[in-house]
Amino acid sequence: MMLQNAAAPSFPPILFRDLAATAPMAAGEAFRAAGAPGKAPGNGQGRDGVAGGASIVLRNVSKTFPARGADAAVTALEDISLEIPRGEIYGVIGRSGAGKSTLIRTINGLERPTGGEVIVDGVVVNRLDDAALRAERRKIGMIFQHFNLLSSRSAFDNVALPLELSGLSRAAIRERVERLLDLVGLADKRDRYPVELSGGQKQRVGIARALATDPKVLLSDEATSALDPETTRSILALLARVNAELGVTIVLITHEMAVIKEICHRVGVIEAGRIIEEGPVAEVFAHPRTATARSFIGSLPGREIPAALAGRLRDDPAGATQSVLRLTLTGAAASQPLVTRLARELGIDIALLGGQIDSIGSLPFALLYVGVPTPAWASGAVGAALEAAGARTEVIGHVL
Amino acid sequence: MFSDLISPAIVNLIVGSTLETLYMVAIAALIGTLAGLPLGIFLATSGKGELFEAVTVNRVLGLVVNATRSTPFIILVVAIIPFTRLVAGTSIGTTAAIVPLSIAAAPFIARIVEAAVREVDQGLVEASLAMGATPLQIVRKVLIPEALPGLVLGVTLSVVSLLSNSAMVGAVGGGGLGDLGIRYGYQRFMPEVMLIVVVVLIVLVQSVQSLGETLAKKVNRRLRRH
Repeated sequence: MMLQNAAAPSFPPILFRDLAATAPMAAGEAFRAAGAPGKAPGNGQGRDGVAGGASIVLRNVSKTFPARGADAAVTALEDISLEIPRGEIYGVIGRSGAGKSTLIRTINGLERPTGGEVIVDGVVVNRLDDAALRAERRKIGMIFQHFNLLSSRSAFDNVALPLELSGLSRAAIRERVERLLDLVGLADKRDRYPVELSGGQKQRVGIARALATDPKVLLSDEATSALDPETTRSILALLARVNAELGVTIVLITHEMAVIKEICHRVGVIEAGRIIEEGPVAEVFAHPRTATARSFIGSLPGREIPAALAGRLRDDPAGATQSVLRLTLTGAAASQPLVTRLARELGIDIALLGGQIDSIGSLPFALLYVGVPTPAWASGAVGAALEAAGARTEVIGHVL
Repeated sequence: MFSDLISPAIVNLIVGSTLETLYMVAIAALIGTLAGLPLGIFLATSGKGELFEAVTVNRVLGLVVNATRSTPFIILVVAIIPFTRLVAGTSIGTTAAIVPLSIAAAPFIARIVEAAVREVDQGLVEASLAMGATPLQIVRKVLIPEALPGLVLGVTLSVVSLLSNSAMVGAVGGGGLGDLGIRYGYQRFMPEVMLIVVVVLIVLVQSVQSLGETLAKKVNRRLRRH
């Protein structure tokens, strides 16, 4: 690291695998840096390696906005503690006003917490003075829901802005910006102004700009909320690639469970300024513990009780012919021939009423609404067989 | 036929007065912009929670700006005569007239600059802060370029208003087209001189306005180009 800094006082070049061939110097430097003597042991994919993420720790972070005139003081964050290891994609999901925006903005000091500590790669961000905070912010990229590109600058000049701010030479800026535009697939739009770009293209410029100073952390503030589903997917794929190839730690906030499911490793559910549930995405999906988490998961397509059925459901099984169950299956359990086996072994007919079969990361995941004969359910046979198969079973109601 | 109505002496007077007006307005616009631009940027960025937070200074400057702007220009011209003498060495003449013209232009431009800068999306300031920009860098690289179309139109507006103000500096021997119109057109009953003065002023205002609009359009990157 010292050596590399001495040789290149500016930012180390971006190191991504697909471009390593065209940038032999960069690849060489990465190798040298990774093998540099004196590297802290146990640094793993530390700052020195190709995977250049930073860890983020929030310790008892609180934020209260003081009372103003007739408005009472507002507690936006209350005693939030989080640990995000380097290289992870961490998602915070919450409704508007839950505090997620305030939360993400404490990480780069745009918002100073009123209590607790925000630590990025060992540096307590909320205790830095202005100059040190500015230096720290150059290691933390940020992208926004409304892109926040300068309308007076072309795509190229927008990406160049953070490099100009840090005083990089013109030649170095040109080289970096061209590689970044290449990385986000916008090499042919370099001279276009934001007004001439689509939403997805604008966000790609935003991502290139956020990555310009070779940050260790990328903060995404509802980056896909203004985009259509298809563009959302392509932007999320780009973020996943940035995470995988550059090792950048990504913290994103969203109100869409689909975003969490698509790229996050872990998720925290925020409500009224508190993280009320947290865990690996697959686990939270399979076993949501809070009503809020369940409602976010339920908002995904295929997760809701089919509308035609919902109106006919009753709580009382008396006289009903069919009982409607919601089955949640994860991992191997989701791939087994559960329905046909159940039908054969118990000698019952099973109606498939709705649901979704999917995967979260590499984990198969299934959520099914099925109808079974009420007597078979009442006897406990169905419940026992489902439990044996590893399915989480909930009774939704009964139909006459 | 034209020369029957207008003697060569009058033509010379009109040309001379036009040059006086252009001289006063150009210098006053320059000084007014040099003073009004930073003042306006400061007014737009020194409120509560803003880049250069200084609420009290902001309020005081705002009061000064309002006070200057609410003083009728003809009153301002005579009220600041001692100051004019201090700055220009004399209180009479075209050069001396530049002092009150500049003093009236600066707060006018400042308010227009303030409005244009406040129009810049706050998200851009936030994005620049997140990049580690200093407040001065944000002004130079973000606020001014983003507000540029509005700034150009604002300066255009103030040049037009300077042209109108410059008609009043005849009160202190400032000369110029307005003065010519009053002295010859009105006091000497020469309606043809009055007419020519008005026509020249209209042409000047038209030209300034078109130039400003063209320039503003040119620097406006929010417009789609084909």
